[in-house]
Amino acid sequence: MVETSETGRRDDGLELRGAMNAPEVEAWFVREVLPLEAMLMQYLRHNWRDQSDVEDLRQEIYVRVCQAAKKEIPHPAKAFVFTTARNLLIDRARKSNVVPIEAVSDLDALGIAVDAPGPDRSLIARDELRKLQDALDHLPPRAREVLILGRIEGLTGREIAQRLGIAETTVSEHLAKGMHALTDILLRESIDLKRRT
Amino acid sequence: MSATDIDLAAADWLQKKTFWSWSDDDQKALDAWLDESESHRVAFWRQSAMWNRTERLAALRPMPQARRAQQSERKSVWPLLMRSAAVIGLVAVLGTFATHYALQPKETPYSTTIGGSETITLADGTLIQLNTDTALRTRFDEHHREVILDKGEAFFQVTHDAQRPFVVLAAGHRVTDLGTKFAVKNGKDRVEVALIEGRAQFDSTASEKPQSAVLTPGDVVVATANSMHLTRKSNDDLSKQLGWRRGVLIFDNTTLANAAKEFNRYNRQQLVIEDAATAALTVVGTFQANDVEAFADVAQLVLHLKVRKRGNETIISR
Repeated sequence: MVETSETGRRDDGLELRGAMNAPEVEAWFVREVLPLEAMLMQYLRHNWRDQSDVEDLRQEIYVRVCQAAKKEIPHPAKAFVFTTARNLLIDRARKSNVVPIEAVSDLDALGIAVDAPGPDRSLIARDELRKLQDALDHLPPRAREVLILGRIEGLTGREIAQRLGIAETTVSEHLAKGMHALTDILLRESIDLKRRT
Repeated sequence: MSATDIDLAAADWLQKKTFWSWSDDDQKALDAWLDESESHRVAFWRQSAMWNRTERLAALRPMPQARRAQQSERKSVWPLLMRSAAVIGLVAVLGTFATHYALQPKETPYSTTIGGSETITLADGTLIQLNTDTALRTRFDEHHREVILDKGEAFFQVTHDAQRPFVVLAAGHRVTDLGTKFAVKNGKDRVEVALIEGRAQFDSTASEKPQSAVLTPGDVVVATANSMHLTRKSNDDLSKQLGWRRGVLIFDNTTLANAAKEFNRYNRQQLVIEDAATAALTVVGTFQANDVEAFADVAQLVLHLKVRKRGNETIISR
């Protein structure tokens, strides 16, 4: 990333860089924010009583950081994501008259070192493949089957339906559920998977 | 709508786009859904990013040689045991590539034979899929990532690195990635570049008058030794053109002459269309690239043409 004349430092210590267009925001989101999802989910589960709200909170945080990134890419991403998370929890708590004590406390106290490097992105191909295979193994059998036929054997949806002798709409449903589950597994269980292999 | 509902809807859009026919109208409907709410867009980014990561799973596909040997015994599904063996073999090979790249950056050649296909994942995460009868060389060091496509066709999904631009060279033309998926075909007399995602810079340095263009998704450049031509293709046409990545050839009102030419890139058994009237007939359909027989069957049974064999030639005539 190139430093621009718009570069500045805000009073909360977050460094801001020049404005970005949508593909650049997406690239930043994928590169910097998504690898934090496992940690973010842990933080939200810890600090919010109603667990059924957690997915909505996560999505709201993603929307907020991406909207901010459209104006200026926040750096470092980690500090910005967790500051946004804390502010959101405080907002929500005020509205519902519940005070989540931990949410107001320092990020340091929660064991989240904001300047530590993110998850290792330099995984070599072999580890990545093993991880993907593990993730596949965690899917429900039918979803796993259609994804293997689609992704590994390279069949189209129609060909999968023919091969398995099931309706095309059923194939669609399993593909969507499988892809959705795979995304959650890949983003959240990386630590777990690494330990087992 | 809850976040989980939105995530599921994003996954549903992506599976539609990936596994079923996808028209410009479908793309418009998806764009409309994305524009509806920022949460839709973010959910789709998240889903797409993870799905792109699973592209490496395609590398688990059995190797072509093994597939041919297997087909003589059994034509349908691969026995699980064989597949696992191929997987372990391939994982070991990929591991070797990765170590190789990390330790000694130098020129490394990759090639496929007629009918072959191979996917390689480089240490930087970049994925290259080689089509039939293709030869390329990679040259990587701390400051450069260069691929020389000597012949054939390859698909590139490049991990962007502003410090180390990714450059593909083919017959004196140059494609510089700006964060992209694209395909390059180095034919005998022309180079064709199709951009699927992202952006890339194309420089034609072969002629005396250098020409350049920045490519956006859907752009197809055809460059010869002294000309350069830019056209746009719909998503649908592009995905048909890239059918080879799934081992299939997709014909949509394609003349028999062109269909035969495509098949002949993939097989030693060569199709010969004997007369001009037959060559001008058109076909629609999806064929396994290595299944000349299936194509000959269609010619015989559907188009009522004569099919006869002479050595390694399959001759189709009226």
